[in-house]
Amino acid sequence: MATTMSDFRVDPVSGLKIHRTANTLVKWNAFAAVVFLLVGGLFGLGVALTRMPSVQLLSPELFYLALTAHGLVNLAVWIIFFEMAALYFLGAHVLGNRLATPRFAWAQFWLMLVGAAMVAVAVLQGGSSVMMTSYPPLQAAPHFYLGLILFAVGALIGCFVFLGTLVVAKREKTYSGSLPLVVFGGVTATVIAVFTIVSGALILIPTFLWSVGLISHIDPMMYRVIWWGFGHSSQQINVATHITIWYLIASLVFGAKPMSEKVSRGAFLLYILFLQLGSAHHLLSDPGLTSTWKILNTSYMIYLAVLASMIHGLTVPGSIEVAQRRKGLDTGLFTWLRKAPWGNPVFSGMFLSLVGFGFIGGISGVVMSVEQINMVIHNTAYLPGHFHGTLVAGTTMAFMAVTYYLIPVVFQRKIVLAGMAKWQPYIFSLGAWVFSIALMGAGTLGVQRRHADITFAGQPLAYEYPEIAKGLMDIGEIFAVVMTVGAVMFIAVVLASIFTGERIPENSAPWPKVEDADVVAERTGKKHIGMWGMEAPGTFVLAMILFVTLVLYYFVNFKYLSTVWGLS
Amino acid sequence: MGTSYTPPTNPDWWREPIERSELVWIVLAFSWCIFMFVWMIGWHFAGPQNMSNETYKTTPEAFAQKVDDMAAKYAIRKDDATGEDVVAPPPGSDVYLAAMQWQYRPILELKKGEKYRLHISSYDVGHGFSLLPENINFQVYPGYEQVTTITPNKTGTFAIACGEYCGGGGSIGHHSMLGRIYVKE
Repeated sequence: MATTMSDFRVDPVSGLKIHRTANTLVKWNAFAAVVFLLVGGLFGLGVALTRMPSVQLLSPELFYLALTAHGLVNLAVWIIFFEMAALYFLGAHVLGNRLATPRFAWAQFWLMLVGAAMVAVAVLQGGSSVMMTSYPPLQAAPHFYLGLILFAVGALIGCFVFLGTLVVAKREKTYSGSLPLVVFGGVTATVIAVFTIVSGALILIPTFLWSVGLISHIDPMMYRVIWWGFGHSSQQINVATHITIWYLIASLVFGAKPMSEKVSRGAFLLYILFLQLGSAHHLLSDPGLTSTWKILNTSYMIYLAVLASMIHGLTVPGSIEVAQRRKGLDTGLFTWLRKAPWGNPVFSGMFLSLVGFGFIGGISGVVMSVEQINMVIHNTAYLPGHFHGTLVAGTTMAFMAVTYYLIPVVFQRKIVLAGMAKWQPYIFSLGAWVFSIALMGAGTLGVQRRHADITFAGQPLAYEYPEIAKGLMDIGEIFAVVMTVGAVMFIAVVLASIFTGERIPENSAPWPKVEDADVVAERTGKKHIGMWGMEAPGTFVLAMILFVTLVLYYFVNFKYLSTVWGLS
Repeated sequence: MGTSYTPPTNPDWWREPIERSELVWIVLAFSWCIFMFVWMIGWHFAGPQNMSNETYKTTPEAFAQKVDDMAAKYAIRKDDATGEDVVAPPPGSDVYLAAMQWQYRPILELKKGEKYRLHISSYDVGHGFSLLPENINFQVYPGYEQVTTITPNKTGTFAIACGEYCGGGGSIGHHSMLGRIYVKE
């Protein structure tokens, strides 16, 4: 397909050469994502207000319905729609490239939309409150599974459109040399996504056939093993994507470059090779799988994917520190961080995502995925605590942060409600962080997940949780409301900006660009930065705080494990 | 010069040296990774709490037979509130516990410090065995019988809640599914 110059525009905000069709697709996918975030968030609010022992808003029936909807909409629909937008942005916008096969890209959008709508209808009809995990022999309506399959096929098409777009860029020479790091991160997410979606198809297609009576039996253990190849790996797509966004924002806001291309790409490669083994995390307390299998998989083969995350955790803030120091903020350990633009939600959101993901989602994830520790954590409220630390405090916060950048570039609008946007990352993160930590605490005290009523009211064999556990659930869910307020603020800013924000005309003067840190250093003659022979000593200290926290928390949990009944 | 969203300025980026803070961190992080891997294996040999690897295929009917046989043999009384059998199997014996919508049966009475071979399976859908307040949690499937050797180390009344969503929407359902274990001296 021949492209003409009018198929492109030069964006005054970013300086990027933007393919109009690609831009339209980024817009629609991002818009759908935000709408679904709102829908899922409201179901989440219902869940939160029921999980609060002192409120218990919804009846058990509605609670399980809302929990199923919340899980699917926020965990799959919001995130994967946004990821499609991110992939098209990386393949087309970043490379100054056209989008390959726009028709297939539209097929991706509509299949995902129709699929999501089918699932939503099935859940709202009431007969499919099987949670997002839908473990057989619990059975949902056939269109529940069919909707998921269509959604997944749509996402798979999107992955191939992205890969095709990279082929176009290579062939039409829109860039030279190696792919930019963020595009490499996008490739990582895509490779994981293909594996993920194929796993989903492998298990959901037979399950659909079972739901219409064509297959008599789905083995519950086989289902869980393959389903988690889909369910857990899809969270790995998120990790690869939001880390890519961290790198992107570090460059956009600070003019930073990766500390080492080799190290960052090597870490992404470790994700491709080992991250998917993590689906074993969900199977550690299952019968029928051996400890050898569990240990090898749960540790991602000697924790090589954990190593990768720890590397990104240092290199992203490290690249910011190096850039800030080169620009002259080269005194003390943390001047570079103190003088960062904390009022800019693109930066504050990204940095809060980094810290929240590392300290809450990351540390809890490493500890709970120890085969033995999992026994005292599996299926308690610790789980939603953990994955709100990864998915909400981490992924969702990063996606929100980059959206503040996409509004002027992709939607060509100035941000309105800027004051609200400035506070939004803090309020949202505060909610997500306290919620996660409180639920992890409650889970450690035994509170079970997915329970409509943790008081066991009216049951003859009832058990009473310790008061502190109930208190923690109350606190956690109050902060879930704070988190919802943060999400609604985000959605308000996005919708108000794209519908009422001042248009940024195509021919307007280019916006001032952030100066490249190296260029500044060259001009000012700055050569040596940092201390102790390290260019990023402040980041190193922060990383050491994470390290010590992780080590202590690891042993605290083993201490706790060592006091329970003997098991062998 | 360069950014994360433009191609590396040095085409030979693979040969660039690694900066010191990165290098020290990688070495430290990887050492910890190896430690955690070894520790998890080591706990299997030195630690008293480990997942059992012993599982058999079964059917709800076959498993129910074993539960009923055990209850007939070792029942000591009926629970007042539920009418459920309270079973006190001898130490060292095979103990059968069934999960079903929406209860665990029978009620068990065990002795502190003794070993029991606890068999768990489900009659219908997937459930979770969650022993409270110990907070020990296993997955339970229909068709699979897992055998774990347990050694209660405290006396008291323990509840078994269900850790895996198993249906039910009204006042009974997943959230009302309970069982009980008494541990005596």
